[in-house]
Amino acid sequence: MTTTESLLKRNEQNDLLRFSTAGSVDDGKSTLIGRLLYDSKSIFEDQLEAIKHYSSSNRDMELDYSLLTDGLKSEREQGITIDVAYRYFSTPKRRFIIADTPGHEQYTRNMATGCSTSSLALILIDATKGILTQTKRHTFISSLFGIRHLIVAINKMDLVDFSEEVFSAIADDYRAFSDKLPVESIQFIPLSALRGDNVINQSDRMPWYHGPSLLDYLESVNISTWRNLIDFRFPIQYVNRGGRERGMRGYCGTIASGTIRPGEVITVLPSGKESRVKKIIVCEGELAYAYSPQAVTIYLEDELDISRGDMIVRKKNLPTISQSIESNLVWMDTIPLALKKYYLFKHTTHTVRGEVEDISYRLDPEDLHRKPAGTLHLNEIGRVTIRLMTPVYADTYEHNRRTGCFILIDPVTYHTVAAGMITRCRGREEDHSFRLPGAETHWVVGQPGSGRSMVEIKAAEGRGCIYLDDVVLKQGICSDLGGPDQKGAWLERVAHICRASNNSGVSVVIESAYFPDERVIEVVGKKNLNVTGTPNLLT
Amino acid sequence: MKSDERYTLTNLQALETESIHIIREVAAEFEKPVMLYSVGKDSSVMAHLAIKAFYPERVPFPLLHVDTGCKFPEMYRFRDEFIQKNKLRLVVFRNEKALFGGVNPFDLGTVKCCTELKTRALLDALIEGGYDAAFGGARRDEEKSRAKERIYSFRDKYGQWDPKNQRPELWDIYNGKINKGESIRVFPLSNWTELDIWTYIHHENIPVVPLYFAQNRKVIERNGQIIPVYPETRIHENDQITEMMCRFRTLGCHFCTGAVRSTAVTLPEIIEEMMVARHSERITRVIDHDQDSSMEQKKREGYF
Repeated sequence: MTTTESLLKRNEQNDLLRFSTAGSVDDGKSTLIGRLLYDSKSIFEDQLEAIKHYSSSNRDMELDYSLLTDGLKSEREQGITIDVAYRYFSTPKRRFIIADTPGHEQYTRNMATGCSTSSLALILIDATKGILTQTKRHTFISSLFGIRHLIVAINKMDLVDFSEEVFSAIADDYRAFSDKLPVESIQFIPLSALRGDNVINQSDRMPWYHGPSLLDYLESVNISTWRNLIDFRFPIQYVNRGGRERGMRGYCGTIASGTIRPGEVITVLPSGKESRVKKIIVCEGELAYAYSPQAVTIYLEDELDISRGDMIVRKKNLPTISQSIESNLVWMDTIPLALKKYYLFKHTTHTVRGEVEDISYRLDPEDLHRKPAGTLHLNEIGRVTIRLMTPVYADTYEHNRRTGCFILIDPVTYHTVAAGMITRCRGREEDHSFRLPGAETHWVVGQPGSGRSMVEIKAAEGRGCIYLDDVVLKQGICSDLGGPDQKGAWLERVAHICRASNNSGVSVVIESAYFPDERVIEVVGKKNLNVTGTPNLLT
Repeated sequence: MKSDERYTLTNLQALETESIHIIREVAAEFEKPVMLYSVGKDSSVMAHLAIKAFYPERVPFPLLHVDTGCKFPEMYRFRDEFIQKNKLRLVVFRNEKALFGGVNPFDLGTVKCCTELKTRALLDALIEGGYDAAFGGARRDEEKSRAKERIYSFRDKYGQWDPKNQRPELWDIYNGKINKGESIRVFPLSNWTELDIWTYIHHENIPVVPLYFAQNRKVIERNGQIIPVYPETRIHENDQITEMMCRFRTLGCHFCTGAVRSTAVTLPEIIEEMMVARHSERITRVIDHDQDSSMEQKKREGYF
């Protein structure tokens, strides 16, 4: 095989590692990246000439490596990185994409952006300064975005006489902080980006360090990808009406997770209709099987009404059909989060309307403490509950990266205002096709005791049910709610009990002096609510 | 899962998958998308990906060639064949007013010539066509300001780019929401490198303009650039016309595109040459070197 042939084969078949870099101001991140690119021969000579020229005339240096990465005019002028820049380099062993992200606190959102597509984070610490609040912030955000492998590069070792004590003390400090985070592996590497120690080659100035150089480690680290090959999720992206078979519609999309084969039985959400996979095609022909994240077109045995935003899944492996999402939210807009305001919730290929109902707390990325919050400002992170107008088909981020993430878009400015990672999907509320059948709420308006007959009827049908009347409620569940002015709160609480029970397949009989209000109808659902009572009370 | 089955994508497959996802997303979410087609190798790859993304359906949007009128004749020939063979729709737009007014790089300088014939023409073409999304074949590895470009790049109603105020772009969820008059430039090849493009062309057998291959061509050497000689080329007094084996690494207007000395006549030879070449490909474009940050400036004004 000639060199070119082996090169082609390598470029075609090598695997791809995406990692993000994060560092504080002046810790030498750009210099380190510049050195990785330069020493792995990924910089072209004309680019290098232009940079050498700029270095000598504007920076009074022979070669300022950071100029290799700071692309925007304003960045070169201010000497800092503002935006995410993507860098590409390859070695015979791997191909790399670096999301090079800014260190300044006001650009945290850009760092979040870089983390969202990475499977490893390179965190830089200045050996002369030790751990800074920004080191913690960066570590925390990486972990929040599901990055489980970290490289902690302790830089500027040349300025601390290549001291093992300094290195160990910083590593210990770092461990004390990161122990609280769900991280699988941390590799500490002492280096000097400026002088090139332990960047590409092992440095002989730190004989006490026996680990790999940065590049050695990057080339060999085994990254368990965040791909999920178990749970089949296929969000419909585009309906293809072409082809010889008249009227046959193909469903185009990127497999979010799992695998699929022709002949398998599938369910389409939200309709709940079933069919079989007839064939899976790509331009080259039919596939015997397909897996995430392939982009394919699926044909079904039956003609169903399916459109963009729907999802094809396996019958016995459903995502949660949810209208109430709990998530970690990174706020990215200058206008703070507003409660009870509609945002566009974009999840896979599905955009629905939703509002942030509640902020449980704000997370302080410096000490990971939970703080109460009424809103979230730019670059703040919080745990929120979002109520959606239409259900989405979701999983938790931990379980499934592609069906566990979403963005919020402001409906007026159209800015991307937040990035969310789902921690819990509550739900199945409005979706009747997936509700356990037969459970309903009987609301008997009248005096205590008059609803008992309903319970007896249910019992005769062979179904258990929950019976609640004003007396029972007042003694326990609603004991903190007093007079008629708290009627709304009383009803809401009761309504939620009804909904939760009905969703679990259990009927409820409520006997109350109160007539169910609009809110009760909304919570329980009109179809599930059966109101009876004496005529004079109903009017 | 059977033991002989593979469940990981190779580098090229991963890139292809990502690009197809982006192209389909745009076709599904925008009312009137268009794909910029410059006849170059990146355009060939992008059009090829569009064909794959919608197979067996026809590509559901037209291709747009912003024509400066001074592209290489080989490019026009190739373009028409490529479009016909793949049953694509092509829209050609020229800034006729500027061309009629005699705009050229010799009298106006390359900056003004490009502004009129490329940036201006592109913006006019997008407005005239009412396109709300336009695909471009730019890659992030090409130039440093492009390294900061989003895959969905928001442009205001004047087509301008604001690098300091870009929308965050997370995972593979793209925000294509725009108001009337605004538009999105979409770069499905963002994460490809020059080597990926050539490897893919080789792997998929994608046709490219013959100018990419070495041939004996009439040229002038001027300021370190090798300028091809065509009937319209202005010959200076001390220019010497010579013949040499050369080829083009990127294709633009023939006045402003330099050749490189080369003997590479096959794809593997081109790739081999590239990998030992230590010069980035855009060095042969005269226009990039006009001023510091010239690409960033052009992009701000609406260029790709």
